[in-house]
Amino acid sequence: MRLSRILAAAVLGIGLCVSPVVAKEMNVGFIYVSPIGDAGWSYAHDQGRLALEEMDGVKTAYVEAVAEGPDSERVMQNMARKGYDIIFATSFGYMDPMLKVAKQFPDTVFMHCSGFKTADNMGTYFGRMYEARYLSGMVAGAMTKSNTIGYVAAFPIPEVIRGINAFALGAQSLNPDATVRVVWTKTWYDPATEKEAAKSLLDVGADVIAQHQDSPGPQEAAQEKGVYSIGYNSDMSAFAPNAHLTAPIWNWGPYYKSVVKQVQDGTWKAGSSWTGLAEGIVDLSPMSDMVPKDVQDKVMAKKEAIKGGEKVFVGPLQDQKGVEKVGAGVAMSDEELLGMTWFVQGVIGTTE
Amino acid sequence: MSLLRIVRRQEPLGWGSCLVLLAAIGVSLLLSSVVLLVGGTPPVEGIAALFKGAFGSRYALEDALVKATPIFLCSLGVALAFKLQVWNIGAEGQFALGAVGASWMALSFPEAPAFVVLPLMIAMAMLAGGLWGLIPAVLRQKLKTNEIIVTLMMNYIAILILDYLVYGIWKDPTSYGFPMTAQFSESAIVGKIGSTNFSWGLVHCLVLGLLLWVFLTYSRLGFEIKASGDNVRAARYAGIPYDRLVMLVMALSGALAAWAGFLEASATINRLQPTIMAGYGYTAIVVAWLARLNPFYIAVASFLLAGLRVGVEGLQLDLQVPAAFGGIVEGLILLTVLAGGLFTSYRIVFRTRPHEY
Repeated sequence: MRLSRILAAAVLGIGLCVSPVVAKEMNVGFIYVSPIGDAGWSYAHDQGRLALEEMDGVKTAYVEAVAEGPDSERVMQNMARKGYDIIFATSFGYMDPMLKVAKQFPDTVFMHCSGFKTADNMGTYFGRMYEARYLSGMVAGAMTKSNTIGYVAAFPIPEVIRGINAFALGAQSLNPDATVRVVWTKTWYDPATEKEAAKSLLDVGADVIAQHQDSPGPQEAAQEKGVYSIGYNSDMSAFAPNAHLTAPIWNWGPYYKSVVKQVQDGTWKAGSSWTGLAEGIVDLSPMSDMVPKDVQDKVMAKKEAIKGGEKVFVGPLQDQKGVEKVGAGVAMSDEELLGMTWFVQGVIGTTE
Repeated sequence: MSLLRIVRRQEPLGWGSCLVLLAAIGVSLLLSSVVLLVGGTPPVEGIAALFKGAFGSRYALEDALVKATPIFLCSLGVALAFKLQVWNIGAEGQFALGAVGASWMALSFPEAPAFVVLPLMIAMAMLAGGLWGLIPAVLRQKLKTNEIIVTLMMNYIAILILDYLVYGIWKDPTSYGFPMTAQFSESAIVGKIGSTNFSWGLVHCLVLGLLLWVFLTYSRLGFEIKASGDNVRAARYAGIPYDRLVMLVMALSGALAAWAGFLEASATINRLQPTIMAGYGYTAIVVAWLARLNPFYIAVASFLLAGLRVGVEGLQLDLQVPAAFGGIVEGLILLTVLAGGLFTSYRIVFRTRPHEY
């Protein structure tokens, strides 16, 4: 009786001493919508995953090219069953499946990128990419001669529309006559389709091509035609060295590290995180030498201003028909930004 | 002159064809192991992980069954058309319109009880998918168009209709502008069986599969389909109304794919959204061929193929094999099994001495 009590106390004591010292073993799973070799969206997230591997006691694994919908639900279930502690799902369409799985596995931490639903054990996160897009728009606006900038865009959802608007506002800030022509591909990753879409924009006179796509297809189209381009997701200059001016890019590593650290420490709480240039989750890749020095200076000054708290979407803002949507001096709320379904003036295209 | 001759078999191979099938799958797995080895993954461990992920646990089996459901129904439809030598490549579009039809009813009658709304959803799905199958059939028989091209093109139209609806008038106002309809009401959702992960849709599959088998084996129409598939001219000569038969078969084919669309929207996703299109309509063609158009084999083949797809995810997760590996294995299996078909209908004769003519 006494012996067992002493033993129990000893075990408890050892447990108390040891557990806080060693960081908890963490298995972290990632689910990507496209192959990590895409040089785009999934590649950027995978760079963040690799950053986690540097942490003590953290092991990571991923499943790539998982279709949104029921396939992703199954993959998440299997990760949770296999004892993964944290699961990151990095596509919008994973939101509802993740919510279902999160309810089944209350002890697992679920993190969903780019959605809006949360649960006790499911957080949502994203970056204010529109801030970096505004900066890239400034570059495009300064460099266009035809005042027509082509924008190859994926799907007419708020995230993409917001990015196009920020880009257009950035372009107009240095070139009030700049217009942004939008073509929808209805694909995230389809190099051939996206390249063709860029060509169609070149045919109507665009002399700078920007993109919200995960393949470098549009970059190649711009390079072949001998015009400029703005990349996305990661520095795409390797694909189009003579065209690539700059790119709004993702930098997930620090954020992923902070989430895993919080879970390790037991301080993690479900919530929504939407940070931007100031926190470094989004950035602008180094500008090419083709961009004149004075333009570069203006862009960098604006970057510092945004980092310091300046807002991108501040009225007066008109929609495509010239109707005032946001009054002078009024900043749009996050709620409004997350549900943005209209184009600002100077964007040519429809949001349908 | 070669020492090998390929001779047509006089009698079917019977049980031997099972052996051929197993050997073919064995060869494809062997080739897959080589691919794994080249990619730097231990092949034995890899194939073991693949099987464990596919069939190694109750969850895995359930997952494979869930995934097999839409493939099975689409494949059943496709096989029916193929039996008549009508090449319906349009299961994808018929599936899409089935989902659209079902969603229309689910969204129109959110208050209706299950026994009203579910039959309505099924009926509308079958009507939409059936019509989508009927159009290329009519064009084929009246205007002599090529059904392969027409059905393929109509897939794109159907998917664009689906997109138009979910991006437009059916978009859920609370979805922050994301393309999806509101979630269906509880009564418009086909529920799960007991504590399992699969829905009553599985029972639908069993019933539909059996019905189709009975229809093909015992009904007069079933016989006419088989006869016309074997020889159109002989069938016409025998007074079989071939034109009407093509239209009927294509409508049924479309309706079956549409049923899969209904189940996928109702039971699996609980709403309509563009990601419902996962390519089952095309997978169905592969399955139908693997199964030689036989409903029972189709059930087996869709289960195995679904298991393979599920297993590849497990393989990816455990050993970090690229996703493309799944496609490679799938292609290898199809190739070897179809090539193995040579041995079931032909035999190879080794000659001991050259033949003189």
